[in-house]
Amino acid sequence: MDDLSFEAPTGEITVLVGPSGCGKTTSLRMINRMIDASEGRILLDGVPVQGIDPPTLRRGIGYVIQQAGLFPHRKIVDNIATVPYLLGWDRKKARARAMELLERVGLDPALAGRYPFQLSGGQQQRVGVARALAADPPVLLMDEPFSAVDPIVRTSLQDELLRLQSELNKTIVFVTHDIDEAIKLGDRVAVLRVGGRLAQLADPKTLLAEPADDFVREFLGHDRGIRRLQFVSTEGLRLRTDLTVPEGSDGGSPEPWLLVVDGDGRPVGWRSAVRPGELEPYGTFVRGRDSMRAALDAALLSPSGCSVAVDEQGKVVGVATRDALDRALSEAVHG
Amino acid sequence: MGDGPPSLWEWFGRNWDTGRADSIRTLLTDHVTMSFVPVVLALVVALPLGLACARWRWLYQPTSGLMNIVYALPSLPVFMLMISVTGLSQTTVIVPLAFYGVAVLIPAVVDGLDSVPDHVRQSAVAVGFTPLRRLLQVELPIAAPVVLAGLRVVAVSSISLVSVGALIGQGGLGGLFTRAYQNPFMPPVIVGIVLIVALALVADGLLVLAQRLLTPWVRARKEAAS
Repeated sequence: MDDLSFEAPTGEITVLVGPSGCGKTTSLRMINRMIDASEGRILLDGVPVQGIDPPTLRRGIGYVIQQAGLFPHRKIVDNIATVPYLLGWDRKKARARAMELLERVGLDPALAGRYPFQLSGGQQQRVGVARALAADPPVLLMDEPFSAVDPIVRTSLQDELLRLQSELNKTIVFVTHDIDEAIKLGDRVAVLRVGGRLAQLADPKTLLAEPADDFVREFLGHDRGIRRLQFVSTEGLRLRTDLTVPEGSDGGSPEPWLLVVDGDGRPVGWRSAVRPGELEPYGTFVRGRDSMRAALDAALLSPSGCSVAVDEQGKVVGVATRDALDRALSEAVHG
Repeated sequence: MGDGPPSLWEWFGRNWDTGRADSIRTLLTDHVTMSFVPVVLALVVALPLGLACARWRWLYQPTSGLMNIVYALPSLPVFMLMISVTGLSQTTVIVPLAFYGVAVLIPAVVDGLDSVPDHVRQSAVAVGFTPLRRLLQVELPIAAPVVLAGLRVVAVSSISLVSVGALIGQGGLGGLFTRAYQNPFMPPVIVGIVLIVALALVADGLLVLAQRLLTPWVRARKEAAS
């Protein structure tokens, strides 16, 4: 570790990402003094951590590790209540808090009485997060918490973390070697190179748009351009509302493609002027919530080349034609 | 009396409680004491030594080497050597047996602590256990099944080894064997063997029960695996 300096802003997720050997886990462990820094200072809310007794410090910082690190001899509820017990809460209160967190991380309360090995990897990891949150610490350290589970479970755990964070606003320092995870989760991403030197610290959008050097560019990998689009909003996308027709009507229109919509306003399929008897597949994105990447993806899924904008309830709000997408893309790229 | 040697049951009934020092009942009580005390002593000594060996690895090789030598010493000459220190008392048998127990239990404690997964130990540190609480509430409970398995071996071998002490007059039920040797007569031998085996089974059963009560997660895991 050499001359690493960064700030993790309160209430935000700061991701440390880099190849193995870049010292990201070491940096994380310096924060809760599992490793003591030989030089330099680490301040928590302005207070140097070196001055705080390690067990006391650690009880005030949630910690989640890769294999969850649950205690095999303790039931799930007692695993979650670990820190409250250490802080001397009474058993009843600690367990009640644990049950509350069990539900909060999306687990069935019936799991409370099980032992860790009776849970799947994804469930164990959720318990790990619940345990870290049990005493409501303002700061959460997460060391590759989702890298030992399969990709589908990982995605759902990431979504869950973002949902939790939107409710809790913890200050999170998250370590990963997976740049996609860093970009998905981070409010700010610190890319480290071997030896613990900071290559770039930026929000994900800036990182993708303006990598500081070749190392960062290479680390970000291919399709950086496409991935940038996930930070471009679909809010300003111009939509056409004259391309939808109700189911059953066969009104003549000069347009080559028309979107057939059912009685509830949900899309049914695209009708081409060439073969009006058959409906072709469509792709949708939620306007405002989904990114331009999703909108473009939806367009590529349909032979019409257009993507269907829907609201949160799935009702059609308009159609983004290739022209509209084109214009939005060039605005995104050229500012 | 008078028509031939007594049957096994007759002999047992007559000798169960004569009030003398060689009644079967007294021998049984002595046997329990001389095998139970060494097991407890061994555990009390082996726990801190095992912890020290696990903590300072360099201690483990010399300690286990020494303990293996102790374990290799035949019990009879050791008992005889002990006479010069402790006389013809139960202690003469108890101390060597405790040493044998320590020899078995130190590796059990070390292996038990080694069975604590690294990520579990790490997370115990990370959530803020102090070293002592981590040992008592995380590491020792997880080590318990391995330590208890060692304890079962020690308990059963102690119960069996006590009888050798009969050769110096302190062998509990072993006394029944020396008596039969002096005067060829089978019932005492059979009663002795049956009682010693029964004692071993009871001790082992109690330890298995303790294991189930103390480490319920182990049984649940086995059931899940099958």
